[in-house]
Amino acid sequence: MTKPLFAGALALAAAGLLTASAARAQDLVFLSTQLRPIEEAQKVREVILKGAPKTTYVVDEPSPFTVRMRAEQEAGKKTVSLVGALHGELQPLLTFNALDPIDDVAAKVASRGIPAGLMELGKLGSGKQVYIPWMQATYVMVVNKKALPYLPAGADVNALTYAQLAEWGKALAEKTGSRKLGFPAGPKGLFARFLQGNLLPSYTKSMVTEFRSAAAETMWGDFKAVWAGVNPNASSYDFMQEPLMAGEVWVAWDHVARVKDALQQAPNDYVVVAPPAGPKGRAYMPVVAGLAIPKGAPDRAGAVALIEHLTKPETQVITAAEVGFFPVVDAKLPADLSPGVKLLAEGVARTQTAKDALVALLPIGLGDKGGEFNKVYFDTFQRIVLRNEPIRPVLDAQAEVMRGLIDATKAPCWAPDEPSTGPCPVK
Amino acid sequence: MTAPRWIPYALIAPAALFLAALFIVPLVQTILLSFDGGGTPDHLANYRKMAGDLNFTLAIRNTFLLVGVVVPIQLALAMGMAVMLQKMSTGRDIVLWIWTIPLGVSDLAAGLVWLALLQNSGYLNTVLFQLGLLDGPTPWLNAETPVTLFVGIVLAEIWRATAVVLIVLVAGFQLIPKEYSEAAEVFGARSWTAFRLITLPLLKPSIQSALILRTVLAFEVFAVVYALGGRNMPVLVGEAYAWQYENQNYGVAAAYAVLVMVISLAATVVYLYALRTRPETQP
Repeated sequence: MTKPLFAGALALAAAGLLTASAARAQDLVFLSTQLRPIEEAQKVREVILKGAPKTTYVVDEPSPFTVRMRAEQEAGKKTVSLVGALHGELQPLLTFNALDPIDDVAAKVASRGIPAGLMELGKLGSGKQVYIPWMQATYVMVVNKKALPYLPAGADVNALTYAQLAEWGKALAEKTGSRKLGFPAGPKGLFARFLQGNLLPSYTKSMVTEFRSAAAETMWGDFKAVWAGVNPNASSYDFMQEPLMAGEVWVAWDHVARVKDALQQAPNDYVVVAPPAGPKGRAYMPVVAGLAIPKGAPDRAGAVALIEHLTKPETQVITAAEVGFFPVVDAKLPADLSPGVKLLAEGVARTQTAKDALVALLPIGLGDKGGEFNKVYFDTFQRIVLRNEPIRPVLDAQAEVMRGLIDATKAPCWAPDEPSTGPCPVK
Repeated sequence: MTAPRWIPYALIAPAALFLAALFIVPLVQTILLSFDGGGTPDHLANYRKMAGDLNFTLAIRNTFLLVGVVVPIQLALAMGMAVMLQKMSTGRDIVLWIWTIPLGVSDLAAGLVWLALLQNSGYLNTVLFQLGLLDGPTPWLNAETPVTLFVGIVLAEIWRATAVVLIVLVAGFQLIPKEYSEAAEVFGARSWTAFRLITLPLLKPSIQSALILRTVLAFEVFAVVYALGGRNMPVLVGEAYAWQYENQNYGVAAAYAVLVMVISLAATVVYLYALRTRPETQP
């Protein structure tokens, strides 16, 4: 009797699976490259999406995400109604025309108080609203309190300069016997964002135009001094929370979401401060995740309702409290944030409100060349700092690569570079 | 009654169709993509970009260096292991089974296992530290320690893939008729002479297959290098991956893929020629 029983159970299970997938098929599919870890995804499903239209929340890594969107676009069979991804990940989707213009949704959420600058980013340089800003974050410095006694004389940890960072790194290496600064220069790390969003603009007030200026030459010279205090394992660091928790690194730069675990685990051990400043200011790069609707989405009306839900001030506050991404709308964070998130919020506030703060925007209008644009910075770093090549010829050669990319995409300048009429010039 | 002549063709048809759909079609697409000038008549643009990249020569050098070091060591090791198995009478199957365990481990998992052993907070560091041989966590796997990184990758590759060679050689040994070694014994040949003049020549076809298989796989080395060295040791397939996913330039990634294929094909041709056997020299 076991066999028929087993077969019956199998049939039942199959039927169950079928009905489940049939029910799912009617739900709205929300595909996101953000909030991927299982705990965060559960928070999205159980807390953040509470009260929203019935939604299946699916996550994917950035590269398969692009491939999936392209496949759905080319096959003409759409399953995804709403996508949530970073500015730089949404940009390539526009090049194969996979996103629906959503000026109508922009009008609907106009009263939320999303800053005009952020909304402008959501046009991706196309003139039409392509995504609605969803959450924001930035890059900060996390400092283990053990490192504070070694600060150079007269240095304020909340207002460091790159020269002081170099000195600090040197002191830490000499006193502790190991290099304690850390940058995520591994294959999945975001180090290129540091170079283009923090370091270069702090010296040149530019990300593109002054790429090979004399100021940039000085900057690379200074940064070599900083690198002398950086842990040699940096080229394998992807998320700085791990070397921070292991005590391998005491001073680390990274995206807030990538240091969160360390801060949650031991909030009393760390302070979160703004990145260092150069001669032209304390440049920082705001990161924006946006919500976009694919062309031919199976449930566009549902997606619009979901965007409205996710940009509500209440939902935005819950999002910050639960997953540590900060509101894009005018919303006050509650006082009872968890200590780790609170540290992050303070760090973000210090970065944004620093007297000498200088906003460096994510690249706009580069289409699918965003990856190669990052590579220009990383290659320049590799050649000058890791391989010790002379600075001037490397800058000249890499500036040509940069010019090729900008000319191919015809991208006009974005902040902090001065606006340009044609493609952003590389002087 | 003999089977109709079409039966063998019908039997291989599913496999052939499967290969055509899932291997030949993507292969042709990749080749076409690598020569795609992005709307311009410049069909070599991807190849020029690949050759001009700062990691290109390094990737070529590292890949060939790895193949040149790993494959001969693996062949020698596998040969020794296969001979030992031949001489064993009891427990042979268990030993063979244990030796082939790494084959069941995915290469990325193998890389992660070796990472857990060799990284500065890993087991080897801990043991050496507790024995008083190290002053503290010592990094071996970064850009400043290219030699230990290379040695680590070689160790992991040998651990992971020697069994591929071993299995082919063990099968080859079993094809050699017993009469030859018995005859050698009768005429008083020493075991080294018998091995050199009888076993090796008769094993040549198996050595050839093992070398082709292993070398082609070695040129495709990626996951172990990626797990242990990240960006610190560029190899060809790793560069293809980086161009595909990080730089999102599928054309240059395709150019790398085609280059790896050409190198593998060339290696195969070299082995086929260098280790060719005349049919009359085989039993």
